[in-house]
Amino acid sequence: MATSMVKIESVRKRFGHLEVLKGVSLDVPPGGVVCVVGPSGSGKSTLLRCVNRLETIDAGRVWVDGELIGFAEKGGRLHLLRPEELCRQRQEIGMVFQRFHLFPHMTALENVMEGPCTVRRVPKATAASQAMALLDRVGLADRAGHYPRQLSGGQQQRVAIARSLAMNPKLMLFDEPTSALDPELVQEVLQVMRDLAASGMTMIVVTHEMGFAREAGDHLVFIDDGVIVEEGPPREVLSRPRHERTRAFLGQVL
Amino acid sequence: MTELPIEAVKPPRPGRLVAAALAALAMVWLVYTVIVNPNLHWDVIVTFLLDGRILGGLWITVALTALSMVVGVGLGVMAAVMQLSDSPVLRGAAGLYTWFFRGTPLLVQLIFWLDIGLVFPEIGIGVPFGGPMFLQWPANELITPFTAALLGLTINEGAYMAEIVRAGIRSVDPGQREAAESLGMSHRQILRRVVLPQAMRVIIPPTGNQFISMLKTTSMVSVISGAELLTVSQRIYLDNFEVIALLVVASTWYLLLTSVATVGQRFLERRFSRGH
Ligand SMILES: Nc1ncnc2c1ncn2[C@@H]1O[C@H](COP(=O)(O)OP(=O)(O)OP(=O)(O)O)[C@@H](O)[C@H]1O
Ligand SMILES: [Mg+2]
Repeated sequence: MATSMVKIESVRKRFGHLEVLKGVSLDVPPGGVVCVVGPSGSGKSTLLRCVNRLETIDAGRVWVDGELIGFAEKGGRLHLLRPEELCRQRQEIGMVFQRFHLFPHMTALENVMEGPCTVRRVPKATAASQAMALLDRVGLADRAGHYPRQLSGGQQQRVAIARSLAMNPKLMLFDEPTSALDPELVQEVLQVMRDLAASGMTMIVVTHEMGFAREAGDHLVFIDDGVIVEEGPPREVLSRPRHERTRAFLGQVL
Repeated sequence: MTELPIEAVKPPRPGRLVAAALAALAMVWLVYTVIVNPNLHWDVIVTFLLDGRILGGLWITVALTALSMVVGVGLGVMAAVMQLSDSPVLRGAAGLYTWFFRGTPLLVQLIFWLDIGLVFPEIGIGVPFGGPMFLQWPANELITPFTAALLGLTINEGAYMAEIVRAGIRSVDPGQREAAESLGMSHRQILRRVVLPQAMRVIIPPTGNQFISMLKTTSMVSVISGAELLTVSQRIYLDNFEVIALLVVASTWYLLLTSVATVGQRFLERRFSRGH
């Protein structure tokens, strides 16, 4: 287990009568970049949200860096974690959303400082200089004082990535980070993600950007109707899909 | 490149001109009749405007408004957070509170608080359900018109504020909460740092209205002889029969207070619309 950064085992998730994940298993090694593709409603977002416990799971197990997510195993029984322990687990897992979800009442800099200051109680001055360094890393040092409203979509998403990185996560989850962006803004965000992947960050990326999956991804997962239909090295899956459903889906998006 | 300045001639709008002239005329006439009216006793109005008793009443009005709004907002936030919680018991308790106090007239509540000694002659701190009491006082000593007014206004205000705060909290995009959760923030931190500051934009305008209406609602306290602005004005005119003059004095002060409150509301609205 210690060899995986993320280990997802037979996870099931139901919303009422609708079973959205029907036994999904996935292993991500440290530094691995897994891209998840699949049709709308297939359960991609739900799978990501189960990893940082934004959704509770109905069956299966999720481990991040060897630690069981959402439960503690004591005397052969599972105990639900207390809220403060869940918070501690989430601090280690960054998440980037399709619609950015920056805090609109804070500047870019304040957004990036929020996690360290409020959660980790890092002194303001330290947090500010770290946040500046992160904004610089995503190419937005000159926009530190801007409010999200005053930034383009691509810039907002890069601030959102910096905000997650400020917590020094072991793992980053991306849920269609470029789907809400105008086409000419997609590349600036993908470039930040490529740099992040090259720096050794473990990433799970739900995306429709097949070019990114091919070049930056180590592993590609095609998910449909709550099950992993096909997975493997991105180039292989993309150029020689083995399953009819994968072929049909790739035929539509490529 | 050639400059193309625009100096357009405005089309004539005779209708609007006539309407404006009529409105101006009506206002001048109204002010004139009021000023020259011998029944208004301007000299009396001017002397009583800064009368000690009136200023004392004014002070009580301001104190009642400020205290009941501050505590009422606190109660409202608490009840709103309870109503949005996962626990059905907390939701039920908060729901019952708003249901009861919004559903009964404030006038009745005020009289009830003043006469609470009829129901609970002794008020104290101790073990509930008939256990021993550590401290207790006769209700009649604890409940003065001022404390009864404060209780009535505060608890009533909390019930209205609960609805306003709830609407504000619900107006915040759920994605905001999820982004904060994924940073590892606790429920309390999310409420304080992310949800409430954004809810403020929705909460402040109706709260300003509540404040302005509270300045005037305090006058209801006159039914339990609360010694605020209207009550003292009434006491004076029952003495000297200058009914209209003293009502003008009271109204002048109410207008002044609400005007100041309106300026404060504008300021707060601007403060909490940062980033928008
Ligand atoms: N909170 C919820 N309550 C009920 N149903 C939900 C909820 N969240 C998701 N679903 C349903 O679960 C299914 C999978 O949703 P999910 O968001 O995981 O799909 P997705 O693969 O991310 O799709 P998309 O590409 O459109 O984002 C959908 O049918 C959706 O309607
Ligand atoms: Mg999705």
